[in-house]
Amino acid sequence: MVFGKTKRIAPLICGLSLAALAAWPASAQQGLDEPFQAPFKAALAGKTVAYVPVAMNFDLTEGWFAGVKKELEPYGMKVIVRDPNWSTSAGAQAMTTLLSEKPAAIIVHNPDVQTYAKLMQRAEKEGIFIIQINMGSVYRSSAFVGANWIEIGERDAEAVVKACQGKSNKIAIVQGALSAAASAYTLKGVENVLAKHPDVKVVSSQAADWDAAKAKAITQTVLKQNPDLCGIVGFWDGMDIGTAAAVKEAGLTGKVFVATSGGGERKGACELVKSGAFDLNVSYDVPTQAADMAAMIKWLLSSGVKPGDVKGSIYTTLIPITKENASSDTACWNLSDLKK
Amino acid sequence: MTLRGLNQQGIVFGIFATLFVVFAVFLPGFAATQNMLTLLQNVAVLGILGLAMALVVIGRGIDISLIAALAVPPGLVLQMVQDGHSLPISIAAAVALTLAFGFVNGWLIAYAEVPSLFTTLATGLFLAGLGQAVLFKLDVVQWSEGMSGFEHLGQGSLLGVPTPVIAFAIVCIVVAFILRQTRIGAYIYAIGDNPYGARVTGIPSRPIIVLQYVLAALIGCFAGLVLAASVNSMPTRIFNSTLIYDVILVVVLGGIGLSGGRGGVLNVVIGTLLIGTMLNGMTIMDISYSGQNLIKGVVLLVAVIADSFVNPRNEETAQQGDI
Repeated sequence: MVFGKTKRIAPLICGLSLAALAAWPASAQQGLDEPFQAPFKAALAGKTVAYVPVAMNFDLTEGWFAGVKKELEPYGMKVIVRDPNWSTSAGAQAMTTLLSEKPAAIIVHNPDVQTYAKLMQRAEKEGIFIIQINMGSVYRSSAFVGANWIEIGERDAEAVVKACQGKSNKIAIVQGALSAAASAYTLKGVENVLAKHPDVKVVSSQAADWDAAKAKAITQTVLKQNPDLCGIVGFWDGMDIGTAAAVKEAGLTGKVFVATSGGGERKGACELVKSGAFDLNVSYDVPTQAADMAAMIKWLLSSGVKPGDVKGSIYTTLIPITKENASSDTACWNLSDLKK
Repeated sequence: MTLRGLNQQGIVFGIFATLFVVFAVFLPGFAATQNMLTLLQNVAVLGILGLAMALVVIGRGIDISLIAALAVPPGLVLQMVQDGHSLPISIAAAVALTLAFGFVNGWLIAYAEVPSLFTTLATGLFLAGLGQAVLFKLDVVQWSEGMSGFEHLGQGSLLGVPTPVIAFAIVCIVVAFILRQTRIGAYIYAIGDNPYGARVTGIPSRPIIVLQYVLAALIGCFAGLVLAASVNSMPTRIFNSTLIYDVILVVVLGGIGLSGGRGGVLNVVIGTLLIGTMLNGMTIMDISYSGQNLIKGVVLLVAVIADSFVNPRNEETAQQGDI
């Protein structure tokens, strides 16, 4: 009997302990509350981010807007845009109105280094974070996200100088608008490189006002005067379509090295590098810049710092687009994809 | 009339000839045939626009909306082709838009009797806004695969002459034919000279005015197609540029008075050549942008001042006024 009983108990114990084993992980799966995500969500929800570009309707500003929206809207944030359409005074007016609307943050794309400086300072005093994108001003705000124009000028110039080795050493520069800081900074970068190469001669350095037709006219004349030109540094791909068209018409594609820079939109950058119009397009990848801005906004709003207390920069890591990577899926981006 | 040899056209031609000779002597490479063709090519679009403006100005009007007609319909062609429509359909849509636009301009000016300056200022803004808000995705409409072949309108050459120059020549001939050989042309001069007199004598002045603006819009659209083909894209933001002042400049500088009824194709050609020579010479000399503007301003002032000395305002302009 005794033996019989123990014989029956043994499997019972086994069974119980197995059941206990099975039940143990179940109690652990009830989960732990991560203590930081709720305040993060609360810090973002219902807040407004205003966006003041120099104008909408071109690849850079549309890309930034779409990218920031995509990142922030899922957290219940509102992203509004005030489009000054190339008018500096309309932009200043939009900034002034925004001061009273009190959004949590304003993304500012400066037309020049001065106009918005005072307004941005006031905004940060009144508790609005200012994120400056691509074109900075003399006022240093909570965050600057953007390309380092001097580096762009240096990279473009270095590539052109290298391509000129053993050739005529004659190069041309097609600047943007004289009033734009981006154009002046890029020129500084080009000058830095040229200072190291005194043998390289600049036969023409003119402003085409970001205008493709003007860039084409200038380049055509320069090429007729200097058919042995070996390279051109252009300051923006949207304008240098004209530069490239002039090179192509002169039958010098491949002989004249065309270096430029831009936001890396597929049709404006990769396609044109593939077709041979540009030999180098230094891209300040717009989706990355948008993600950087969104990250800054998330961090600033959730950190509890006061606007103006911290000041930092995120210089964009540049992507040089050449024949090698122009066909890849990652070198460029599509506006239509970003808007999805 | 006694100083016929010394009218504005003559003065500007004199300045042009002087500049040309000076550049040819002192600038190596300026007088080369190739450079001459480049010079013409660079101002061809401006010249075509100048002809459109001349048609309107001779009829005592002004068309500020010309740049919108240059930017939006050709932009529409590029956008539609990009979206997968065929080239002929896209061009037909653009021409239809241009016709409608010119007709609205003309109707407002001729029948609603709104001054041309205000009408075209407003309609130009409207068309450019329509393009930005509804028709285009981006300011710069890029070239796409479906457009291949069309770029010959703005690039390449025929018998050694760049195609934009040929386009300019063709528009010159067409406009000269309309103005000099047809009854419509005679009516335009009559309306420009004395609109009330023209109406009294039985000239159908209102339909003719509508026709002027339709023609101007069509020529503007053609200039836009040449421009787009030439730079492989349509930078529609060109509407915000100062191009319209350059166009008015070419017309006025060439000697077509804003009071209407005077001038012709030759004036536009001379005005265009002067601007082209200045731009080309200054680019060769690598003069800075601000320096170029300064020189342009001085030359224009000289031309205008010389004109007001040689052709003082007479009783007629004092009574009728000009723009």
